[in-house]
Amino acid sequence: MTLDTVTHATETPDVEQPWRELGLKQDEYARIREILGRRPTGAELAMYSVMWSEHCSYKSSKVHLKQFGEKAPENDAMLVGIGENAGVVDVGQGYAVTFKVESHNHPSYIEPYQGAATGVGGIVRDILAMGARPVAVVDPLRFGAADHPDTKRVLPGVVAGIGGYGNCLGLPNIGGEVVFDSCYQGNPLVNAGCIGVMKHEDIHLAKASGPGNKVILYGARTGGDGIGGVSVLASETFDDTKPTKRPAVQVGDPFQEKLLIECTLEIFKEKLVAGIQDLGGAGLSCATSELASAGSGGMRVDLDKVHLRDATLSPEEILMSESQERMCAIVEPQHVDRFLEICEKWDVIAVVIGEVTDGERLEIFWHGEQIVDVPPRTVAHEGPVYHRPYARPEWQDALQADDAGKLPRPRNGEELKDQVLKVVSSPNQASKAWITDQYDRFVQGNTVLAQPEDAGMIRIDEESNLGVAMATDGNGRYAKLDPYTGAQLALAEAYRNVAASGAKPLAISDCLNFGSPEDPAVMWQFAEATRGLADGCLALGTPVTGGNVSLYNQTGDVAIHPTPVVAVLGVIDDVNRRTPIAFAEEGQLLYLLGDTKEEFGGSAWSEAIHQHLGGLPPAVDLDREKLLGEILISASRDGMIDAAHDLSDGGLVQAVVESCLRGGNGARLVVPEGLDAFTFLFSESAGRAVVAVPRSEELRFTDMCGARGLPATRIGVVDGDTIEVQGEFSLSLEELRTAHEATIPALLA
Amino acid sequence: MTARIGVVTFPGTLDDQDALRAARLAGAEPVSLWHRDKDLKQVDAVVLAGGFSYGDYLRAGAISRFSPVMETIIEQAKAGMPVLGICNGFQILTEAHLLPGAMLRNNHLHFICRDQKLRVENAETAWTSDYTEGQEIEVPLKNMDGRYVADEHTLDELEAEGRVAFRYLDVNPNGSLRDIAGITNAAGNVVGLMPHPEHAVEPLIGTGRTDGLGFFTSILKKLVNA
Repeated sequence: MTLDTVTHATETPDVEQPWRELGLKQDEYARIREILGRRPTGAELAMYSVMWSEHCSYKSSKVHLKQFGEKAPENDAMLVGIGENAGVVDVGQGYAVTFKVESHNHPSYIEPYQGAATGVGGIVRDILAMGARPVAVVDPLRFGAADHPDTKRVLPGVVAGIGGYGNCLGLPNIGGEVVFDSCYQGNPLVNAGCIGVMKHEDIHLAKASGPGNKVILYGARTGGDGIGGVSVLASETFDDTKPTKRPAVQVGDPFQEKLLIECTLEIFKEKLVAGIQDLGGAGLSCATSELASAGSGGMRVDLDKVHLRDATLSPEEILMSESQERMCAIVEPQHVDRFLEICEKWDVIAVVIGEVTDGERLEIFWHGEQIVDVPPRTVAHEGPVYHRPYARPEWQDALQADDAGKLPRPRNGEELKDQVLKVVSSPNQASKAWITDQYDRFVQGNTVLAQPEDAGMIRIDEESNLGVAMATDGNGRYAKLDPYTGAQLALAEAYRNVAASGAKPLAISDCLNFGSPEDPAVMWQFAEATRGLADGCLALGTPVTGGNVSLYNQTGDVAIHPTPVVAVLGVIDDVNRRTPIAFAEEGQLLYLLGDTKEEFGGSAWSEAIHQHLGGLPPAVDLDREKLLGEILISASRDGMIDAAHDLSDGGLVQAVVESCLRGGNGARLVVPEGLDAFTFLFSESAGRAVVAVPRSEELRFTDMCGARGLPATRIGVVDGDTIEVQGEFSLSLEELRTAHEATIPALLA
Repeated sequence: MTARIGVVTFPGTLDDQDALRAARLAGAEPVSLWHRDKDLKQVDAVVLAGGFSYGDYLRAGAISRFSPVMETIIEQAKAGMPVLGICNGFQILTEAHLLPGAMLRNNHLHFICRDQKLRVENAETAWTSDYTEGQEIEVPLKNMDGRYVADEHTLDELEAEGRVAFRYLDVNPNGSLRDIAGITNAAGNVVGLMPHPEHAVEPLIGTGRTDGLGFFTSILKKLVNA
């Protein structure tokens, strides 16, 4: 076969090219020809196809994501915004924190272990590429019905993959979620988040500037994994004799990634890089075009210099390979030797593959022959943008009219008790310890809070006790009923969770999981959710620092629930002041903060008892969320509360059960005046939390709530080894613990 | 005057910083040691920390055991230098034949991370003298290959000589024979265990208990008083 060089492409304009198989539309292919003034070479076609894919180009979502910038609240903490590998916020004392959540949904369905493992690896490299030491990971997960046979295939694999990779990497796993719903049956959502810490002066950006600077590829050798759709180039067009099926899902090597982290941090420490980018989706195509595009524009790469795992790989495949654990650095010539020396120390393979040029073209050569000659911006940043049609689905009205408030409610204390047991033992509300106990939450020795706490918390300075907290939340059921409100509820819950831990919420990252953008109903959900999230972030003063969009999460015509997952990052000046969820001290007073209304649409109760989804989700009042957050943070700082738990799915009773089990103490509860026991226990009104107040602090605490206008209702006391709702029922902690903890192992172990 | 406690970093070691911190909090001078370096920098004792050295590829600890630093450590340990192996460090010690037995995959086949109760069975080793025999402590446990096994004869010998240093209480988290969580050599200078005392040295971090600090205060007292 002949190498498809630039010269060859110019001489053979009429060659049929597999643009359709690579997922390009006819007009997209035409545009590539127009940009280049000729047909693309095979290598160029591969690059454009993958960089213009939905995953890399955000072509359907871009027009909506713009709002995150346009409506961004004024925020002095923001150091690096959307568009880089991850956003960076100032957390004080000279520290900066970078964090992001990404999806690895589709690979995790095909190959749960490796899909989930490489999801962790990818997000960790994103954080590393900003110049930060990764300090913690979180994993928001969604699976099909808990009792479905395929869930038993997917979930254990995903959990083992996250553990297998993250544990071996030495990053504590401090939070996340596990949600079951049959809408995710063929489309599990495997989102992965990472937090990294650095000093302000260590922030690194992904750009290649300074002609003469060297381009160094380092880390694992490049193999044939993760080539996916691009293999049609190799197997169908260029060479029929090669194996046609290569693994589309990448294979992770966490040991290599650990070496890459330590090696990269040592390189940062000696200030040896001018720009850096990790290799993830779209591999070298993405890294070279993005680095060049963000820099001065010119770069020359000799692709044959790349260390290979498989010597038979074609240049197109090398460009597309998504082999894991690789990074690409731009290094001034005088630093190259030291750079390579540090790589050698850590047994990391490194090679100079090219240099920054003073032109404006990305030029790639294969044994001296030119196979790519493109303006890098057209590949990386000027891909197609679609204004997809969207329309409110016609079923939305009927869904919202199907009011959960009309469902039959428990008629007496005995039925209420039964339903409490059913809800707290239902798969979504049950303890997830069987899952989270497969993750190392202790490594690095800075974990202050980890699951099942409301937020994970990490100490970042041993002298000053400065810390950061993170919570991730998303409720697809709420978002299905009303995507605008649902997105704001996800934001509000994560914000509340961070505040409940005692940390001040600063900024967010999001992972937007939706169905096909080609379906106007899905696109409407996406438009509504992004609008809701942007408006919500403006109201709460927490900017979006970056995130990820995952579309096409659907099987046939059936899309998943719209599932915006929000990660809120907070800061706490002294981790000694953190607030756990455990009711640890008998005699402490329980206060319910916020207003409780009859809100059951999308609730855990409606799901666990009636398998129902309808009506409207709880109303959102972001001013109230803000006030509640301020009270929780002040109370934590001034030692007025010893425990706090946000109220969300499952309502008050879920929170009280979790806090009692965590602390090993019971509680006596009294239904407040004006509420019935059922609403008191199961309503999911937003903007609420339950707190445990030492008696000596009661007056000070209630005075503060009163002065600032936050309703605070005394609802009981921490006491004994039962949870008793006066006049209704009493349940022993032992019975509750068994119910809460047995469900998941019984289904999955 | 204090003692110098060295902590080895192999490729893939994860809990080296934690072990260094624990040594410092106990009042010792922490010293980083590098796997390629035979020089132990005049340390008085060595901790082989937890993690996945060499990715646990081939077998946990099997590759690290042959690293240059281990040559010196094996030699010095035989001459009486105190060595503590935690988790992966314990696996390395058995691979190096400084301690008998081996670790297999947990019997439930999952990684397990939990707060683990232990009973101190031998409070006379270099690393346990600040505990009392029979004392119950709680420290984190986190491993994939933590099931301690040895042949019956070896187990009987360990029991008879009081060389079972720690036993799991309440729950045997990995199927270890005779609930063994940690052992010592006959001289009492080399101790290995699967749980992680270095994660239980500060009241706020990890389990919220400081039950693990005793390992580091034990060795410090021994070295300083020596």
